[in-house]
Amino acid sequence: MSLNDLLLQKRSHIVKKWCDVILQTYPEESQGFLRKQKDRFANPVGHTIFEGIESIYDELLQETESGKISLFLDNIVRVRAVQDFSPSQAVGFVFGLKKVIRKELKSEILKEGIAEEWAAFESKIDGLALLCFDIYTACRQKMFDIKVDSVRRQTGGLLRKAGLMYELPQNEEGLNEGQVNKGE
Amino acid sequence: MAEIPKSWNVPSPDGLVKEVDHSPASMGLQKGWMSTTPVEIKPGMHCYAALPKRSKALGMPNPRNWSAMDEDWKLPRNWKEIVLEGMKERLGKFRSFQLFMDICVRCGACADKCHYFIGSADPKNMPVLRAELLRSVYRKNFTTAGKLLGPIAGARDLTLDVLKEWWYYLYQCSECRRCSVFCPYGIDTAEITMMGRELTNLLGLNIDWIAAPIDFCYRTGNHMGIQPHAYKEMMEFFVDEVENYTGVRVEPSFNRKGAEILFVTPSGDVFGDPGTYTAMGYLVLFHELGLDVTWSTYASEGGNFGLFTSNEVMKRLNAKMYAEAKRLGVKWILGGECGHMWRVCNQYMGTMNLDMAKGSKMEEPVSPITGTKFENAKSTKMVHICEFTADLIRNNKLKLDPSRNDHLTVTMHDSCNPARGMGFFEEPRYVIKNVCNHFYDMPENTIREQTFCCGAGSGLNAGEDMELRMRGGLPRANAVKYVHEKYGVNKLACICAIDRAVLVDLMQYFVPEVDVTGIHEMVANAMILEGEKEKTVDLRGEPLPGKEDSK
Repeated sequence: MSLNDLLLQKRSHIVKKWCDVILQTYPEESQGFLRKQKDRFANPVGHTIFEGIESIYDELLQETESGKISLFLDNIVRVRAVQDFSPSQAVGFVFGLKKVIRKELKSEILKEGIAEEWAAFESKIDGLALLCFDIYTACRQKMFDIKVDSVRRQTGGLLRKAGLMYELPQNEEGLNEGQVNKGE
Repeated sequence: MAEIPKSWNVPSPDGLVKEVDHSPASMGLQKGWMSTTPVEIKPGMHCYAALPKRSKALGMPNPRNWSAMDEDWKLPRNWKEIVLEGMKERLGKFRSFQLFMDICVRCGACADKCHYFIGSADPKNMPVLRAELLRSVYRKNFTTAGKLLGPIAGARDLTLDVLKEWWYYLYQCSECRRCSVFCPYGIDTAEITMMGRELTNLLGLNIDWIAAPIDFCYRTGNHMGIQPHAYKEMMEFFVDEVENYTGVRVEPSFNRKGAEILFVTPSGDVFGDPGTYTAMGYLVLFHELGLDVTWSTYASEGGNFGLFTSNEVMKRLNAKMYAEAKRLGVKWILGGECGHMWRVCNQYMGTMNLDMAKGSKMEEPVSPITGTKFENAKSTKMVHICEFTADLIRNNKLKLDPSRNDHLTVTMHDSCNPARGMGFFEEPRYVIKNVCNHFYDMPENTIREQTFCCGAGSGLNAGEDMELRMRGGLPRANAVKYVHEKYGVNKLACICAIDRAVLVDLMQYFVPEVDVTGIHEMVANAMILEGEKEKTVDLRGEPLPGKEDSK
């Protein structure tokens, strides 16, 4: 049996374990809520994680990449990038999949002699981590941009009023005349 | 070359998911929530401390330079006594506070309803636990069981660590009251937060994002500290803009004695984008109706950050509205699109300041255009502009062409205070549906009385607490994202100046395809004005549908 077949066969079990591992990065008191509340609007964090990793798992098993992986990774990382995590903790959840598969499929992988397939699959997971790093950095950069924009918007009116910000009129006839430095 | 910090160990795959250090043990939760280690005040999760000049201007205690990140908060030596005395005084003065301290049975109905908890998963953001921070101290000092049994009765001493924990979490509550909707006893956690903030303010633990606006508001008239001439000049700028885009020159008046109506709105609408477009919307509406209305440069602030400070400060700032209404001799007050302003005006103003209206010319508000009596505003004499406009539309008094908003697919964020504070759900929706053709509500458990906070209410709309705001705003953003993906929603309408400011940030992070608008911006854009030129752009100067080439 190939690794892909094994992973397909044990899909729901592995995804559940992977989800558990990720939820364990949250405070214990809150894990029950994140796991049990199924309403996607009442529990956006739990929903985003579960829906995300399920889809990421399926995408990993596909032969060709559809580009959807980065979308689901983005959803998860975007949330974790503003939660109480260090950068490595925010993106490290992808390695949880390695941990789960090693534990769950170790004997089968050895028995079937598919260690090479497993090594290739692990590289895919490493790729995910790099992608997460890009997304995380973009999210944090976005936060800085937002802070700058926010200040600009709040004071936009004041700057206009103070004449510090002046947009040239659309009709620029006579502009050159007005621009001439009379003191020259 | 910079040295690599020692803490940069190479993590193992296992480690990366294991080593996140809020395991129960690290948080001390195995011993119960009360024995947690001292709270770590984190950057991005709190607001900067108030500058001493603010507290001095308002006569508030302990003005000094301090920072929550410092070990020493420079508290008065007898700080504990001050807090406990303050607590005793408030327990006697406010029956609700005493009741809320006593009746919680910790059923947990509120636990997962707070947007900060949902977004952060920090158990101390469960409303019940946030309230327990205060209750535990209450029990220890004011109940027999607590005095005798201590922790067994859920009681604990007020220590410096406890005080810091109070402060940290009191400013992670936006007083939105979503939790209170689910409480079988009707406990209003917002009021507990208010009491907690009053108590910490007794020690000078105010934040600058609240203290600065109240200082400005108290002395200059509005949150931004804009002086009367600058306020007027800014409005004149809008007049030019409106003429530019519509061909109609509106003529607002200021501080005009004898006007029928006084209009009060948050100063954020006058100075901050995109609120400015809503302010232009008000101008267009008033002009088209020929309404006998005046703006005031004295009562130039609808918002009231006193609500987030203490009831005394709230009362002091709110007093301007009636004082100005009386001075100008108006019949009633029309209020703009604002959130917490309406909680103050609808729930507190009547009992707080109505005596100031004695001897004034104010009477039960009647729309001069439709003749409708606003009986609901009989006592306060103040009408919400969405009620006013909804009534105009219902009586066919506005010429509207909703197709001018056809490029918009709109959803509406119910602002917490008008929604839960005054049951204001249908009027804004009625207005929106009449001025644009594409409207889709977000899922039921995220709107109306169950609406999710923007994540930045109650004076938390600063820039330095952006992580907190993003966590708190996550449930709202998540619902917007859903209607964006399902129906193509590209505009988030709201009736609150803080929303207009902060939802833009939230959308930029989570759903960048969606922009934010006030309702009266859309109303004005849909209005067919007497003497208008052929309109090609909206109030933002952006092309109307089908007019993209004519700019």
